[in-house]
Amino acid sequence: MNQPNTLFDKIWDAHVVKSAEGHPDAVFIDRHFIHEVTSPQAFDGLRKRGIGVFNTSRTTATADHNVPTKDQHLPIREALSRHQVETLRKNCDEFGVELYDLGHPFQGIVHIIGPELGLTLPGMTIVCGDSHTSTHGAFGNVAFGIGTSEVEQVLATQCILQNRPKRMRISINGQLTKGVTSKDIILYIISKISASGATGYFVEYAGDTIRGLSMEARMTICNMSIEMGARGGLIAPDDVTFDYIRGRKFAPQGDAFEQAVSQWRALKTDDGAVFDRELVYQAEDIQPMITYGTNPGMGIGIGEHIPNLSEIPAQELVSYTKSLAYMGLEPGMELLNKHVDYVFIGSCTNARIEDLRAVADFVKGKQKADGVEVWIVPGSVQVSNQAKAEGLVAVFEAAGFELREPGCSACLGMNEDKIPAGKYCISTSNRNFEGRQGPGARTFLASPIMAAAAAVMGRVTDVRELV
Amino acid sequence: MSKETFHTLTTKAVPLQIENIDTDQIIPARFLKATTREGFGENLFRDWAYNPDGTKKSDFVLNDPRHYEGEHSAQILVAGRNFGMGSSREHAAWAIHDFGFKAVVSSFFADIFRNNALNTFVLPVQVSDEFLNTLFTALDSNPDLLITIDLPSQTISLETGEHESFEINTYKKTCLLNGYDDIDYLLSLQNEIKQFDLAHSN
Repeated sequence: MNQPNTLFDKIWDAHVVKSAEGHPDAVFIDRHFIHEVTSPQAFDGLRKRGIGVFNTSRTTATADHNVPTKDQHLPIREALSRHQVETLRKNCDEFGVELYDLGHPFQGIVHIIGPELGLTLPGMTIVCGDSHTSTHGAFGNVAFGIGTSEVEQVLATQCILQNRPKRMRISINGQLTKGVTSKDIILYIISKISASGATGYFVEYAGDTIRGLSMEARMTICNMSIEMGARGGLIAPDDVTFDYIRGRKFAPQGDAFEQAVSQWRALKTDDGAVFDRELVYQAEDIQPMITYGTNPGMGIGIGEHIPNLSEIPAQELVSYTKSLAYMGLEPGMELLNKHVDYVFIGSCTNARIEDLRAVADFVKGKQKADGVEVWIVPGSVQVSNQAKAEGLVAVFEAAGFELREPGCSACLGMNEDKIPAGKYCISTSNRNFEGRQGPGARTFLASPIMAAAAAVMGRVTDVRELV
Repeated sequence: MSKETFHTLTTKAVPLQIENIDTDQIIPARFLKATTREGFGENLFRDWAYNPDGTKKSDFVLNDPRHYEGEHSAQILVAGRNFGMGSSREHAAWAIHDFGFKAVVSSFFADIFRNNALNTFVLPVQVSDEFLNTLFTALDSNPDLLITIDLPSQTISLETGEHESFEINTYKKTCLLNGYDDIDYLLSLQNEIKQFDLAHSN
């Protein structure tokens, strides 16, 4: 009888090509996603070594971080961004890698297009030179972000050298209350364990609340695993997963799909498997969340106040004070009714069709407040087209929300979409770091419907009062 | 492919006593558009180091010329707990390296940053919170204090005598001492990898 094992270990063990004494494991990678920012130096490395891409059929490229969200049919105006996207084009062409470039019907944010195209499947190992690769773990696979030297490793050998991380399980049980979404669950967890609380771990999310979530909601949770330091997050696949995958472009079809599902059903943690750390939370304890500081662990329920200085450990006071000064906030304040200048609904965290539907449902028949700029940036061309087909775009236009073209956009402001210095933005993205949305920009992270509520009121609002 | 190596380093150090320094601070996203590994050093900690008009902030510790005077120009950065959180951008490690640092000392590092630093031949030296405090206090009273990082014996010591040992993965230690990188090792497994790939393809 085998020892009870965790889902993470089952997938990892099935992908170890070589485990040698004194070396990290050589782990085979099933799917490698690349984009324009973290790949150019890796391709240069291949050229210097005189080698090609190990298996081009396992590599998929898209342009997302630098792309404009207006007039994507025109050449990119910003010279350095244009050069980086052109370099990706040239590299993909030279090395024979499939690229979903601007203008391609499959283009979009790398972590949105993988799942929607059926390239992301249960039981896989997936890497990408982007920390939010953890998103794909929602399908029950081992997916994590890597640096450019590691991108080069994977391009060159389809393997990565890694030490096995520790395992953590975070269970959420119970019924979510009105106005609380998966974004609030993950912001709540990070606020409890801090932005470094899961460093060194791979996290499995479990419990009946997680089981009750849609695939898109699960992706939001896994997406932000990195914001508590975790290497990645994953959720055991189930019928919700299989229903989502069925019929997608690159997923197995017909009998092959049914056969795959029967194998995927074995992808779960055995009863009695041991984790290095276990945490359990109750869904009823979670309010709509908002961050006040400059890391994602600095979040509160919308009904709570920013911690007072007396509540902060002494060694963290310097950083804490610096953070609040940057945000233009005071200890002990409430965020309710705080004025906002910008609303950004987008990013690999919350730019899927379900997010856009939730926002449209909420704003139908409402208007954005005067003086607030509202940007909706879909995660992919497919999401954009679907939003049009479902009539969501008409709802956004009537509300005064601006729908743009797909890309990473104001999540990190590598394109023109930046929040001006000193302005407040309520954002559905994943990071509120200093300058993340532009130099001096002040970011409140929240769920899509909390962002929509702020757009309508022009200030931070408890969404529960409006639904 | 042989790169540089790391053995022993004795230099002054720049103290940056801030916790949770994320990679967006180390190198902001708008400076990630280069397609080579060079030139990131001038934008290291860009938004902390420069005024909006492009002049250097004189009160930012990295800009203090005294750290780089004399024969022991600072090649060690000492930073608060949880250094390198956030994005996977290796550009953060490249910027630190390009600026002239060969080691970063903190009491905790984010995982991806640690890997990126090691792959860039910047040594992440993880010390206890107590030792980190000792370092900050000592550097506060004597900015010219010399610090020695000895990789073969895995120790970090102050010229005043305080010292601590640090952990490093044996494989990575070998890589740093000899200038090996991971691809050299993985390429030696090519045939096994090809067989694995074939067995796992539909």
